[in-house]
Amino acid sequence: MSETILSIRNLTANVESTPILKGVNLEIKAGEIHAVMGRNGSGKSTLSKIIAGHPDYEVTGGEIIYQGENILDREPDQRANSGIFLAFQYPLAIPGVSNLDFMRVAYNAKRKYQGLEEIDTFDFEDLIEEKLEVVKMNPSFLARSLNEGFSGGEKKRNEILQMALLDPTLTILDEIDSGLDIDALRIVSDGVNQLKTPEKGYLVITHYQRLLDYIEPNFVHVMQDGKIITSGGKELALELESRGYDFLDDKSATGVGV
Amino acid sequence: MAVQIPFATISKINQTKVVEDIFLTGLLEQCQINDNEPEWLQNVRQQAKSWLSHLSVPTRKDEDWRFIDLADLTAGKFVSSSNNVGLESKLPLRETANSRLVFINGKYNAEQSDCTALPEGIFVGNLADISPEYDASKYFAQCHGAQDAFTSLNTASSEDITVVWAGKNTVVENPIQIQFITKVGAESTFTQPRVLVVAETGSSISLLEQYTGAGEYFTNAVTEVYVQDNARVNHTRLQQESEDSYHIGKTAVSQGRDSHYTINEINLGAKLFRHNPELVQQGEQTTTNLNGLTVATGKQTSDTHSIVALTKPHGTTNQLHKCIIGDRAHTVFNGKVFVPKAAQMTDATQLNRNLMLSSKARVDTKPELQITADNVKCAHGATVSQLEADEIFYLRSRGLTQADANQLLIDAFAAEIIDRLTIESLKNQITQTIKQKIQ
Repeated sequence: MSETILSIRNLTANVESTPILKGVNLEIKAGEIHAVMGRNGSGKSTLSKIIAGHPDYEVTGGEIIYQGENILDREPDQRANSGIFLAFQYPLAIPGVSNLDFMRVAYNAKRKYQGLEEIDTFDFEDLIEEKLEVVKMNPSFLARSLNEGFSGGEKKRNEILQMALLDPTLTILDEIDSGLDIDALRIVSDGVNQLKTPEKGYLVITHYQRLLDYIEPNFVHVMQDGKIITSGGKELALELESRGYDFLDDKSATGVGV
Repeated sequence: MAVQIPFATISKINQTKVVEDIFLTGLLEQCQINDNEPEWLQNVRQQAKSWLSHLSVPTRKDEDWRFIDLADLTAGKFVSSSNNVGLESKLPLRETANSRLVFINGKYNAEQSDCTALPEGIFVGNLADISPEYDASKYFAQCHGAQDAFTSLNTASSEDITVVWAGKNTVVENPIQIQFITKVGAESTFTQPRVLVVAETGSSISLLEQYTGAGEYFTNAVTEVYVQDNARVNHTRLQQESEDSYHIGKTAVSQGRDSHYTINEINLGAKLFRHNPELVQQGEQTTTNLNGLTVATGKQTSDTHSIVALTKPHGTTNQLHKCIIGDRAHTVFNGKVFVPKAAQMTDATQLNRNLMLSSKARVDTKPELQITADNVKCAHGATVSQLEADEIFYLRSRGLTQADANQLLIDAFAAEIIDRLTIESLKNQITQTIKQKIQ
């Protein structure tokens, strides 16, 4: 039996005193891809931000066990450096921070955390050149400010580039497909698939089944009103696609975690 | 037809009323001017003295000074120092190793100065040593706004007057550094740096005017820049005074047609700082750029009051002034742009952006456009913000600590101005200084 990477137990959370997660259970083992689907406002993006440690959310109960340890007390940077990566739904543009410098600082932060020596600018440039291939990105993007003036697809490719560089154990893709045309979707998915190994786990959050044609999940979970209400194999995504989310309204609270 | 430029300071002199401002008179009396000065200069100084007898130190009741309090300055006792030795300037910049003038306590220091890299066609030195072919009387103290209290005090009593004079079509590659260092002895010191820059038709120069020091002192600096037709001047004004000092500075610029002038003001030091850049476009198709970066922490007060007057058609002005304010510091930006009827087809932008790092910091911002021309493109604005929580989270989710994420965002905010500097080795130096200051 393969190792459990992430185990979420009875997780409840508030944002500004409003309950938004109401008891989430989820377990991801090495080599597995889990998709979480649901309507807007069902709590799926919140779940991804809470795993990454966003300070706006208050965890009121339950636990998040990553590689055998409860990480709820860990800072976002500690979580990142221990191998959790969140690809943002809306990656932020930060004028004045060069994309290349940002990635070097992030890469060195992880090296430092691992007790390794930081690498210099020249070695880093060689390293990042290789990674650009994964997402078919033009090196000119590195010289620009972080995500500034990038199209939607370019921002998402830049997220996958960071993922390729930081080589996380647990990857969370928060609506990586939203707003992408089919070519960009293919490039992003190819990037994810190239980097997949049996040691890693994936949580893919999406609103649309289409992404799952490219990144094939082992499990599909459906979230509604802050809970996972049903889980199944990838055929569940197809069922949702053909019947819409409405059919779930009759089904609420019948599901269980995997 | 001459255009009336409403410099607020001009109207202040009430010729019928004689004022005895103890602070100003006290400073004026200390200064020893050489008796051998040419007659024209003696006359200019006399004129400034006579203005001074009708002027007093501005107070909060004066519209242009209402955001800051000079009481702390005027309560101080400052004496002119004759000590101009024994202080090493910091390591010279690579770019200005052989093109720099150093002044200590307002007096020229020959040992630390080196102008061997400067070509023919440019004079850099003391007004007293200038050859008669340069007629400084046409320029010295002839700027708009010369009649305000602090400028008059400087005109009447500054000792060494620095002149940078680029002859017709002279192109100088090396930036020229003018460094004013203040060293305090037993008593608080008073210095009055004065610079006159003339860039004749078709010339091109780059200047670095720098203020540093240690201890409690008062710097009253005035720089006049005359950019003649089709000339270019890139001017960096770097204020790194001691945090126990007071600095009041004026940069008065007059531009001929087709000329380009850029000022990059970087304000990091002083307990109380005030800078008045006052720029007038006197010819058509003139370009004026103002880039400003102020970083104030502790209990510093830092105030930039700029005036740009476009008086002819086809002028362009771009201003971006950024402030980073921490602790209990206070920054002020007041930028006026005048576009009178004669200045048709002009393009003016002005933006002040403020980044507040503390809830106890204070910002006053007042961008002002005064437009009477009807065929122009003008825009202005101001923003005040804090470090964005979402940006910090994004950076932290990539492994940066809170402190590193903050630093990266602050650097990025400052970089927009620092990147505009043309002296490469200065960029890193300033970035590092800001980093230390904010930690």
